[in-house]
Amino acid sequence: MSDVQTLQQGRSDGAALAIELRGISKSFGPVQANKDISIQVAKGTIHGIIGENGAGKSTLMSILYGFYKADAGEIFVGGQKTAIPDSQAAIAAGIGMVFQHFKLVENFTVLENVILGAEEGGLLKPSLGKARKLLGQLAKDYEMDVDPDAVIEDLSVGLHQRVEILKALYRQADILILDEPTGVLTPSEADHLFRILKGLRDQGKTIILITHKLREIMDITDTVSVMRRGEMTATVKTRDTSPEQLAELMVGRKVLLRVDKVPATPGKTVLEVENLRVRDAQGVERLKGVSLDIRAGEVLGIAGVAGNGQSELLEVLGGYATGDGVVRLNGQAIDLSGRYSDGRSRRASGIAHVPEDRQREGLIMDYHAWENTGFGYHHDPAYSSGIFMNNRALKQDTIDKMERFDVRPPNPNLQAKSFSGGNQQKIVVAREIERNPDLLLIGQPTRGVDIGAIEFIHKQIVALRDAGKAVLLVSVELDEIMALSDRIAVMFDGQIMGERLPSETNETELGLLMAGVQQGAA
Amino acid sequence: MPKWVDILLIPLINLALALFVSGLVVAYIGENPFEAVAILVKGAVGSPYGWGYTLYYTTNFIFTGLAVAVAFHARLFNIGGEGQAGLGGLGVALVLLALPWPHWSIALLAAMVGAMAFGAFWAAIPAYLLAKRGSHIVITTIMFNFIASALLVYLLVNVIKVPGSMSPETARFGVSLPNANDVLPWVGFPRSTPLNVTFVVALLACVAVWVLIWRTRLGYEIRAYGHSEPAALYAGISPVRIIMVTMLISGGLSGLMAINAVMGEAERLVLDPVQGAGFVGIAVALMGRSHPVGVFLAALLFGMLYQGGAELEFERPAITREMIVVIQALVILFTGALDNMVRSPVERFFVNLNKRAA
Repeated sequence: MSDVQTLQQGRSDGAALAIELRGISKSFGPVQANKDISIQVAKGTIHGIIGENGAGKSTLMSILYGFYKADAGEIFVGGQKTAIPDSQAAIAAGIGMVFQHFKLVENFTVLENVILGAEEGGLLKPSLGKARKLLGQLAKDYEMDVDPDAVIEDLSVGLHQRVEILKALYRQADILILDEPTGVLTPSEADHLFRILKGLRDQGKTIILITHKLREIMDITDTVSVMRRGEMTATVKTRDTSPEQLAELMVGRKVLLRVDKVPATPGKTVLEVENLRVRDAQGVERLKGVSLDIRAGEVLGIAGVAGNGQSELLEVLGGYATGDGVVRLNGQAIDLSGRYSDGRSRRASGIAHVPEDRQREGLIMDYHAWENTGFGYHHDPAYSSGIFMNNRALKQDTIDKMERFDVRPPNPNLQAKSFSGGNQQKIVVAREIERNPDLLLIGQPTRGVDIGAIEFIHKQIVALRDAGKAVLLVSVELDEIMALSDRIAVMFDGQIMGERLPSETNETELGLLMAGVQQGAA
Repeated sequence: MPKWVDILLIPLINLALALFVSGLVVAYIGENPFEAVAILVKGAVGSPYGWGYTLYYTTNFIFTGLAVAVAFHARLFNIGGEGQAGLGGLGVALVLLALPWPHWSIALLAAMVGAMAFGAFWAAIPAYLLAKRGSHIVITTIMFNFIASALLVYLLVNVIKVPGSMSPETARFGVSLPNANDVLPWVGFPRSTPLNVTFVVALLACVAVWVLIWRTRLGYEIRAYGHSEPAALYAGISPVRIIMVTMLISGGLSGLMAINAVMGEAERLVLDPVQGAGFVGIAVALMGRSHPVGVFLAALLFGMLYQGGAELEFERPAITREMIVVIQALVILFTGALDNMVRSPVERFFVNLNKRAA
């Protein structure tokens, strides 16, 4: 650790500081989100802040942007001590923020969104003209092309983000904070974003990048600060560190970043899907004729940017959306829209499902852990007899599962909402995997899950595959798809764009498919 | 925050605030608020006579309170208890007038079936409209209160009235339920006390609802649906089935209220047999946090307010019927609608307390 300290020292003596935080603390009720955090961000650098979910990254940035007031500590901007009571003050101090969830008016044009809140005078025309000129300039300087007269709702997510950055630049931000900017982007969109950020840095802007993805940190940051449980554990120069070291700093112990697995030995076909079509409540077709099959002892990964039909695929296979087409499990056709199209029938036929959103679907957040253990399987004779629930059996089973899956704290009488994301996910995964299903549907298995639990959940998925079960994995994390899948299918706009073997493809090719570019056309 | 704070302290603070504001109102019209409270409490629980009426009202409010509470667990806001109980009264009357019942116990069981069937039927239509058509249950249940009221008037005036009689009511039933004087002669309830064995049925209903919600698979599914509809769908719980079944149970419980009022007290079906108990049930369920024990305690409180209020009105003519309604409304306001006003500061207080202790 001593060399880390010297690095930190060396840097702060050199370049001028854009931002310095000293001794920032913030607690929410009994939870201490930030403990005595000090950080120095040099001017004209890209500074990454990495940490697991709940490590306190977003809280820290919200304090810097004036959303929260720190309980203690001082903020210096450009060497001046600055009070930031609200976001207006942050903007005045030259700080711009691009949120994870964009804050744009959907039915306004790009120009209107850019000037919103920064209009000069009662008439819009002068501001609009100024913004139009600036946008033209920025497009030239940083490849930030965007049609100023396009309406936001017609633009892609990647462009929404570009508009957010433009908004900050229009307000003359010198310091740009981006919170998990690549979560909604395809790999090529992310690359483009990084080019823009590097260009901005070279012009002297300072960029703070919040992320939990190690690869992004390694790719574009100059300096990286690691947070763990509300504390700043280290600040290091990126070129002097490695992903393994950062992971260790984040988690506090050595972490296996790769998934150890033997090659798959696929058996007979378990799931066959032919020409599956699904419409949503508005009548829009979300799945446009999907066909795929999965064999026993095999993980099929579905890659794709969120919102391209993966959720609908899981929902219809899991029994709570209706669809047209043919789905066969072990050769038996499954009812897709009739009387037996529900979660209970699916479970009875041997399909288990870890849904994409555990808080909305997989768990009842107000139920105790033991009540959640039987959720979906509450008709099982082990959990209920006659009209009564067998609460004692449920509690015992929960205690056993908590031990096998290392759920912490191992207390079945806590409500689901009092567990961390990773432990909530373990409760769901334990419930579904221990049914020993023929087919496991698993969506975003590690979203909002800490690294330690990711490792564990990945192992469980591989173990299920090795036990000769079929797994359908949906994830927006390409790394996860690459690491776990035996075959990869890429979805775009409700269709399968193509199938690849992980050993014979790379992220560039998958990224093109995810963006809807067919091979040959690229 | 400890559990006793949630279920005991906060309702008590709410109640104290309601009484305080009521006291201001009473003082404003020139009466002594302390005297008023003393008369109210004495009138409600100061004599076997008072107890007889208090517990009679309590019985009504337990049924309608439980009805609202069960629906709350599925996040359904059934405010149609008034109409469902009225229809329950019709069911009771039809059953009891259909046959010469040999014994009150058989008659009671048959009347309960009639009351529940008619109450459930009246809840089933709004439930179906919600489950299949998405009609808002608050709107439909309240509309059905008006329809029930009009239907009862029509039937009592034109169809089931005693021929030749001037009053819109059915003939007297041939059976009557044992009242508190018959069962517990040594307590000293007056011969005419309205309190009857239905009170025991109400207590059993509390137990049954507790078992239903926290011990049966159906209750597990009802609560799951109430907490999260997407999660219920994921688990294979049919929303249509939960909405229908929950509302049938809720309507059935409302209907049972008529056993007390129609069979136990009036012994015939008269106009407006429910007298607002369906609406009081909403306040009772809110204050009782949809838990049967809470519902019982809240029903007891409202029973006291009803009976004590009537005595107060009698003793102090300056405090009119409308004033009593104002006091009851204040209790509902503070315990139901303004609950969070007290809850958040109390929660903060206990969080700070814990922090200091830690």
